[in-house]
Amino acid sequence: MKPARFEYARPTNLVDALILLRDHRDDAAILSGGQSLVPMMNLRVASPQIVIDINSIPDMDEIAIDGSTLQIGARSRHNDVLRSKLVQQHAPLLSMALQNVAHEAIRNRGTLGGSLALADPAAEMPACMVCLGAEIVLRSADGSRSVAAADFFRGIYDTALEPDELITSIRIPVFSADWRFVFHEIARRHGDFALAGLAFGRQYNGEIVQDCRAVFLGVEAFPRRLIEIEQAFIGTNLNDRGTIEKADQLLASSLDCLEGGEYPTEYRLHLAQQLLVRCDSEAFDENRR
Amino acid sequence: MNNTSLDDTIAISLSVNGTNVSARVSPRGSLVDFLRHGLGLTGSHVGCEHGVCGACNVIVEGRVVRGCLMLAVQADGAQITTIDSMSPDRYVLALQQAFYERAALQCGFCTSGMILQAAELLRRNETPTREEIRDALSGNYCRCTGYHAIVDAVQTASHALNATPSGNRLPG
Amino acid sequence: MSSNGAGKAAGYIGKGMPRAATRRLVSGRGRYVDDISLKGELHAAFLRSPRPHASFKILETTEAKAVDGVIAVLTVEDIETVCGPWQCTLANAPNLFSPPQRPLALQRVVFQGEPIAMVVAMSRAQAEDGLERIVVEYDDLPAVTSIEDAIAGEARTHAGAPSNLALEYVQSTSGVELAFDKAAHVVHQRLKFNRKTGVPLEPRGILASYDPADDAMLVHASHQMPHQLQLIIADLLDMQLNKVRVICPDVGGGFGIKMHIYPEEMAVCAATKILGRPVKYVADRIESMLSDVHAREHVVEASMAIDSDGRISALKVDDIQGLGAYSVYPRSSTAEGFSALRAMGGAYKIEQFSARLRSVLQNKVMTGQYRSVGHPVAVAITEALIEQGARARGESSIVFRKRNFVKASEMPWVSPAGGRMIDLSHYECLDKLLILSGHAELERQITVWREQGRVVGFGLASFVEFTATGAEGYGRAGVLVSSQDTVIVAMDPTGMVTVQSSAAEIGQGIQQGLAQIIADAVGLPIVSIRVNLGDTQASPHGGGAWSSRGAAITGEVAWQAGRKLRAELLSAAAAILQTEAEQLDLVEGDVIEKPSGRARMTVAELSEMIQFRPYDLPEGLRPQLTVAHGGGRGGDTFLPTNGVQAALVEIDKMSGKVVVLKHWVVEDCGRVINPLLVDEQIRGGVVQGIGEALYEHCRYTEDGQFASGTLADYLLPMAADMPDVSVAHVETPYSGSVLGAKGAGEAGACAAPAAILNAVNAALAPFGGSVDTLPISPVAVLRAMGALQGVAA
Ligand SMILES: Cc1cc2nc3c(=O)[nH]c(=O)nc-3n(C[C@H](O)[C@H](O)[C@H](O)COP(=O)(O)OP(=O)(O)OC[C@H]3O[C@@H](n4cnc5c(N)ncnc54)[C@H](O)[C@@H]3O)c2cc1C
Ligand code: FES
Ligand code: FES
Repeated sequence: MKPARFEYARPTNLVDALILLRDHRDDAAILSGGQSLVPMMNLRVASPQIVIDINSIPDMDEIAIDGSTLQIGARSRHNDVLRSKLVQQHAPLLSMALQNVAHEAIRNRGTLGGSLALADPAAEMPACMVCLGAEIVLRSADGSRSVAAADFFRGIYDTALEPDELITSIRIPVFSADWRFVFHEIARRHGDFALAGLAFGRQYNGEIVQDCRAVFLGVEAFPRRLIEIEQAFIGTNLNDRGTIEKADQLLASSLDCLEGGEYPTEYRLHLAQQLLVRCDSEAFDENRR
Repeated sequence: MNNTSLDDTIAISLSVNGTNVSARVSPRGSLVDFLRHGLGLTGSHVGCEHGVCGACNVIVEGRVVRGCLMLAVQADGAQITTIDSMSPDRYVLALQQAFYERAALQCGFCTSGMILQAAELLRRNETPTREEIRDALSGNYCRCTGYHAIVDAVQTASHALNATPSGNRLPG
Repeated sequence: MSSNGAGKAAGYIGKGMPRAATRRLVSGRGRYVDDISLKGELHAAFLRSPRPHASFKILETTEAKAVDGVIAVLTVEDIETVCGPWQCTLANAPNLFSPPQRPLALQRVVFQGEPIAMVVAMSRAQAEDGLERIVVEYDDLPAVTSIEDAIAGEARTHAGAPSNLALEYVQSTSGVELAFDKAAHVVHQRLKFNRKTGVPLEPRGILASYDPADDAMLVHASHQMPHQLQLIIADLLDMQLNKVRVICPDVGGGFGIKMHIYPEEMAVCAATKILGRPVKYVADRIESMLSDVHAREHVVEASMAIDSDGRISALKVDDIQGLGAYSVYPRSSTAEGFSALRAMGGAYKIEQFSARLRSVLQNKVMTGQYRSVGHPVAVAITEALIEQGARARGESSIVFRKRNFVKASEMPWVSPAGGRMIDLSHYECLDKLLILSGHAELERQITVWREQGRVVGFGLASFVEFTATGAEGYGRAGVLVSSQDTVIVAMDPTGMVTVQSSAAEIGQGIQQGLAQIIADAVGLPIVSIRVNLGDTQASPHGGGAWSSRGAAITGEVAWQAGRKLRAELLSAAAAILQTEAEQLDLVEGDVIEKPSGRARMTVAELSEMIQFRPYDLPEGLRPQLTVAHGGGRGGDTFLPTNGVQAALVEIDKMSGKVVVLKHWVVEDCGRVINPLLVDEQIRGGVVQGIGEALYEHCRYTEDGQFASGTLADYLLPMAADMPDVSVAHVETPYSGSVLGAKGAGEAGACAAPAAILNAVNAALAPFGGSVDTLPISPVAVLRAMGALQGVAA
């Protein structure tokens, strides 16, 4: 279980990395935390001709607040994001979700950008980014663009990333104080990729739900906002316990559940429904405090 | 014979357990393979090579990482600590003693990774609960012990450390 | 207590002591196979069949040979010049059908992952590069995957074979049908056990080095029985036995996985013989999952007849066991089925018994002996029937159990399944467990929890585990597996003792156990004893580590060896001190005078004199400082142990996941040599059993593709999901030995699945549902709760 041969490059600035990427495109692999790429190479599921290690490029792991936007460098390690005071303050959803990502040693190395680029349907970060309406900043030798998370994820391990592009940072809008977010997931064992998870947020005006975000992970091929479900909550009084039942009903028609050997689609749907109930009641309790 | 060559290599220099090392490594070689076979430091083990078992844990720049998921070339310039270190810090020492006394190991294959991971926990949280210990060690498989004794040993080490405070406390 | 002094001398025996050897292991100074290198070593990798059943042709190897670093590409034709095929046969089951097996497949592959070709290179990575260049053409044949398909027999595991049935065995006492006819209650249970595997954290590995000048071979292997491996290597490679030296250094766990003959290990021995250079192969995790023996694939149907007095009158069992493509060599995969049958009915006095065992071949990797061989199957089915029987009678299963236990006064009793029940303590263990678990209070608590809407259940499982298999177990099958050991005890001139034995250390702690036994047997401080194991050159032939035999068999031999040395020392001392040996004692290394307790000399002084100044000894006295004792157990081919386990589980209503809140074990392994180590054996086994009950599954797709190749797919128990495990003991020494020790290594794994299964079904009972498949999937649990539409897949 050893990787095939590859060439190794460790550019010390972004431009050099981008030029390498442009020159090698699909033959290249970006090495960020390596917690997904290296296992794939060990298994020879991935055999890039050249590995471009971005770990020596300066400034790619900064976490900063810029006005009303939280900016997280793509190479920020999961544990650094998890323990960041700025993140806890401005995007608590991420701090909650990251506790469910893998284990200490993996989180010490794995990165936010890597997780988004990989786009595992069961991963926590992609769903959170969609939920928070993050912008994913991409750079290529030709320039830079920013893609809304909602448009970035396209399918199982499929994203809007072009072969010559690198994720450099993630920009997350800071939500006003009347928003409440919760995150829950169900994994077979502690730290496993989720069987199903939900990133959920609601904005309140008194007891009335003003706005809502609901994004599942592990349930469908890629994370997306479930507009129908969100709509079902908007405008309702949070004491109206009938809403959740309606929303739960809606899930059956809204979701296109993944099917995987041991877990039939109806099981994932069941988990999704349970998670919605749980997140709803928790956001409810939270708001009452 | 014309085909008995090894892979092309890249020069790296790093510090391993306090000793400066310069070596040439193949880009595709993992850090743990380099430590084990290049440097003969066989204290870290290889149990899965896909990041799941934790037997290969080593400390890179003060953080526990999977030695099987880092390339040796990536360790260029880094400070590495392994269980083989002749001067373990007080956390590792306390854990080694507690694991021994509590029989918190059987075959010992998981032990190096387990101890390094537990040391990281104790550095961050001096008095972890059983639950916190189980949580922190959940990325380290032990097939022999069933974990109960390991949790006991980490608690014992934590008590021992708190009973003998010392200046050798690492930040964060 | 025995007359021989084992009880009286007990200074170290019975004492919970850490293992001296683990000082090395906690500092990273263990030496496992992959930590050992020989100059000039090469690395092997195997091309494995991606197909479960196909005829194949290797079209092209020249490109592979040209890959950088590749030294050789070997196929079956090359290997067969030096290593013959093997075939599993059993003298006492002559109808067993299992075709010959080779290090590399010949023309036809019969399971996915079967090795086809071997590349030997300067590095493992380069060997793997070579694999990618070998061109093979496959012609698919229909594959047999499930047990049901194997029985149906439309496709054949081995093309052209008459059927997939490797073995069928039936037995019955005469009154079974009558008992069922007259029964007041008859209960049925079907259980399906999915394949699991042992996953020792250190994968299998071997480093073999052949010396053509001497026609000798040095083998380092991660194996549980160095001598068995040595014998088979010599046989298959046609070498003289004493020219094959096998060293098993530190072994990173075994659990039964490392006691078989595997194609890869034999191919490596062949390769070093062909190439004349050391060859190393360490399975990577994917290969381990795919090629280590799996275990416990069974579909069992059983019924129990209960008479109007609430006594179990008969038990009927029909077990179909999946073997994989071959019956594993040399011990036979069918041993698991037979082991399960022998343990059926476990702790209960059931006079009428009938059983049918069918062992079927499948296009999957072999199954084989894995920790607690077959017992978990028997215990799960028996204990599920017990719960059902109690329910049918409307009484507590504790009462039902107690009515039916084999009583001490009834022992020895040979069960119709063939187990000789002796020195067992079912009542004591159950009573102790009920106290340990606070059962009465717990039942009240469970009622409260249920009222609060929690889904919780408590499950019990009594068990009998047969350990420390004696000579007749394999002897009568004509299988060359030793159940005996030799222990050599040698005192050096400083009074220190070095011990050699054919037992093997795989983490279970026998090295420490032997040291404690010998320290007591001789009368020495424990620090003076050093026990060396695992080298065929240092120790005469013997059994190694299997069947929890170390304390019961090797320990007993060690005691005898120690007593011999003691006798030598005391008679020498007596001659020197001009007294009688009976007037002296040896305590902690001092020769003392009875009854005053006055120290007369130390063993170091004595030993030095014997070694360097024999002329000062009385005429004719030639004390032996090195003594050996060998042997095994005579009676009781299978040494029974017993115990009770209990689990408290909670079901997560959201997901159907089972959470084990707490687990308890009370077990009786006779004399406990070292309680610290025994407790951890139990705990480790319990957690493997919880894995079996809840997580572990070697999954194959319907068309025979292995789907549990990584540790992300094959779920092992992890720290965060496991409970604390309370352990207590009842000690009923084995009456047939001096020490009275029995096996303890497998008791944990033996009954944990049964306890969990009973606990889960207890939790599900209020919903009117139940589960009958291991591992218990959350999906099945939700279905049993009526919380999920659709029927079980
Ligand atoms: C045992 C284990 C358990 C895990 N459990 C979880 C879990 O529960 N949840 C979870 O979400 N993840 C889990 N992971 C995955 C882990 O979080 C990874 O770290 C993460 O998915 C990928 O991040 P990385 O930085 O390691 O990326 P890498 O492995 O370096 O790269 C992954 C992919 O992304 C590409 N890439 C990386 N960075 C960039 C970039 N900046 N721009 C463009 N492309 C890039 C790479 O080329 C590669 O294709 C687990 C991993 C392991 C080994
Ligand atoms: S070997 Fe690295 S995690 Fe298992
Ligand atoms: S002691 Fe063997 S794996 Fe932990």
